[in-house]
Amino acid sequence: MRFVDEYRDAGTARALGARIAALCEPGRTYKFMEVCGGHTHTIYKHGLEDHLPAGVELVHGPGCPVCVIPMGRIDDAIHIAERPDVIMTSFGDMMRVPGGRGSFLDAMARGADIRMVYSPLDALKIARENPDRRVVFMAIGFETTAPSTAMTLLRARAEGLANFSVFCNHVTIIPAVKAILDSPDLRLSGFIGPGHVSAVIGCRPYAFIARDYGRPLVVAGFEPLDVLHAVLANLEQLAAGRAEVENRYARVVPWDGNPRALAVIDEVMEPRAHFEWRGLGFIPYSALRLRDRWAAYDAEQIFGVPGVRVADPKACQCGEVLKGVLKPWECKVFGTACTPETPIGTCMVSSEGACAAYYNFGRFSRDRVREATAR
Amino acid sequence: MSAGTGERAPDRPLSREEQVLERVERARRRRARVRDELVTLAHGAGGRATRSLVEAVFLEEFRNPLLEPLADGAVDGDGLAFTTDAFVVTPLFFPGGDIGDLAVNGTVNDLAMCGARPLHLSAAFVLEEGFPVADLRRVAASMARAARAAGVEIVTGDTKVVQRGKADGCYITTAGVGRIDRPGRLSAAAAEPGDAVIVSGPIGEHGVTIMLARGGLDVEADLVSDTAPLTGPATRLLDACDGVRCLRDATRGGVATVLNEIAESAGVAVVLDEEAVPVRPAVRGACELLGIDPLYVACEGRMVAVVAGWQAGAALDALRAGPLGEDAAIVGRIGADPPGTVLLRTAFGGTRIVDVLVGDPLPRIC
Repeated sequence: MRFVDEYRDAGTARALGARIAALCEPGRTYKFMEVCGGHTHTIYKHGLEDHLPAGVELVHGPGCPVCVIPMGRIDDAIHIAERPDVIMTSFGDMMRVPGGRGSFLDAMARGADIRMVYSPLDALKIARENPDRRVVFMAIGFETTAPSTAMTLLRARAEGLANFSVFCNHVTIIPAVKAILDSPDLRLSGFIGPGHVSAVIGCRPYAFIARDYGRPLVVAGFEPLDVLHAVLANLEQLAAGRAEVENRYARVVPWDGNPRALAVIDEVMEPRAHFEWRGLGFIPYSALRLRDRWAAYDAEQIFGVPGVRVADPKACQCGEVLKGVLKPWECKVFGTACTPETPIGTCMVSSEGACAAYYNFGRFSRDRVREATAR
Repeated sequence: MSAGTGERAPDRPLSREEQVLERVERARRRRARVRDELVTLAHGAGGRATRSLVEAVFLEEFRNPLLEPLADGAVDGDGLAFTTDAFVVTPLFFPGGDIGDLAVNGTVNDLAMCGARPLHLSAAFVLEEGFPVADLRRVAASMARAARAAGVEIVTGDTKVVQRGKADGCYITTAGVGRIDRPGRLSAAAAEPGDAVIVSGPIGEHGVTIMLARGGLDVEADLVSDTAPLTGPATRLLDACDGVRCLRDATRGGVATVLNEIAESAGVAVVLDEEAVPVRPAVRGACELLGIDPLYVACEGRMVAVVAGWQAGAALDALRAGPLGEDAAIVGRIGADPPGTVLLRTAFGGTRIVDVLVGDPLPRIC
């Protein structure tokens, strides 16, 4: 398949692996955090770690939009969805995420009308087709998906659709990365920067990471060779004693991002003073809410949500996993009480979540798998 | 990550990661439990949630030696095979087929996977008030066509009508009996290290066709469902090779789910080669767009065969010699370790596990 296969070539991967190994100082361990869940998915799906030397470790960061939604927000969404006049719409990833009172799938089994959509525009279509119902879109995601939510609201207003609203859970990546950099038990050598988020916000917002924290950040695409290139670029910087923001995804990411997308977000949304992140706690100005002039389209204002904070289950160590302090298997409940079938934490739900990816794709040690698959 | 647990020196203590992973494997082997209070859609997707529900509710109450293997059909000591299947597809009509031929082929294939020649079918209909009779005629005609193609007749049935809104148009349940003429029984538990794993054709076409036919994706592809009776290719294979261990049609949950069932029943590892798995470009493209793995997408006319390694070539020739087998391919082999696991050598040169999904494969958001 064109534009896909050339980024998945095993021979090129082996050559990159050798260059990566040659750059590693013997005895030193390098930890690179891939911020974005899309990268986590790529790494596991393609078995990318088989191309990395033992001294290079990939740490899975907080960029899985599903994984960072706190339980209280799920409960709020279910509270709205259980109103008989409401059709709740949501991306597929959200359906199994547990709140304090179960997941969307559980709410559906109790009678709530929750429908899976592939885009907020699908939700808008449902609103047009059901004028007597109130259609709510559960908006989640980083700056990647916020523009499409904002565009959808602009279109809803242009069409005068009064039965459409958004339950806004959009979050922003920079405060989360800063929270991780400020955490005292951090031992990261560098970052693999998110691809799609950067296509919107550009590369400039990462400058503080190199400047203030002395860590390289390499923006990368989502094909496996993109990720290997980003690891190599990180190591090249470290070997040369540099710490810079580098764009290795120039085929998609302009240095200054997408000003039109940013303008659309800014027209409809503004930063929230506080938003709770699953496992990370409250991070100031880390999320977006609809501006007051959009109150008529803001499900939070229209329906009024309980807004009760639900404490993460005590046993769940999603926060430590999201910060890269713990590896998934180091969590006390990993794979026993917390499994993809009965997830306690969100990291176990989405295929972008570090725990689910590790459980589904990498549950055996690499040597054992390598031996079992040897020709 | 750490060193392997496969070939460790007996005196070396397990690393912490290895200890955790062993504990996880033990947890996976525990008896299925259903904690949910209500049935959710995940229970119907054919993955781990379905399995738990079936084991914890039905097997618990019905337990008997014929049911226990939870195979495609039950086979008694006299070589009589019996199977049933319910069909609830949306939309009812889709490119390449409709609920009618699906319902006939599904049951015919379950019999074929037992190694049986289908003898008789039954069909039961649950119809929603207001369902067009013209549509029902169309469904019945395609059932008759599919039955003729499979050399079997629908000899008994039942019809019920429920109030508008209590069903979605038309549900069909078929059952079938068949006769096994050969000695020996096919069983997923019979797979052995050294065996070859074969698929009878390109995978995922039915599932992707249905997803696209539901609309709302704004993706168009030149694809039709693969729904077809597998009696022909199954017979060719069984006639040519006496080393066939098991046949499974890769329906709900796709090839990945079937292979996991084989790995678990036989206590073996299945090692797949991503590059060897036949996937048509349109299916691959749609799956890339949706972020789902074709290995989990349903087929309705494709089977997985496990065959003694030394007969792999003969098995492939037999499948390729006739219709519905032209694109058959050897996609992997059976290994010993880790037991109960499906592993994949990726085209990228890496390795990973191919696990059973909990519910439907969910499209990723970004």
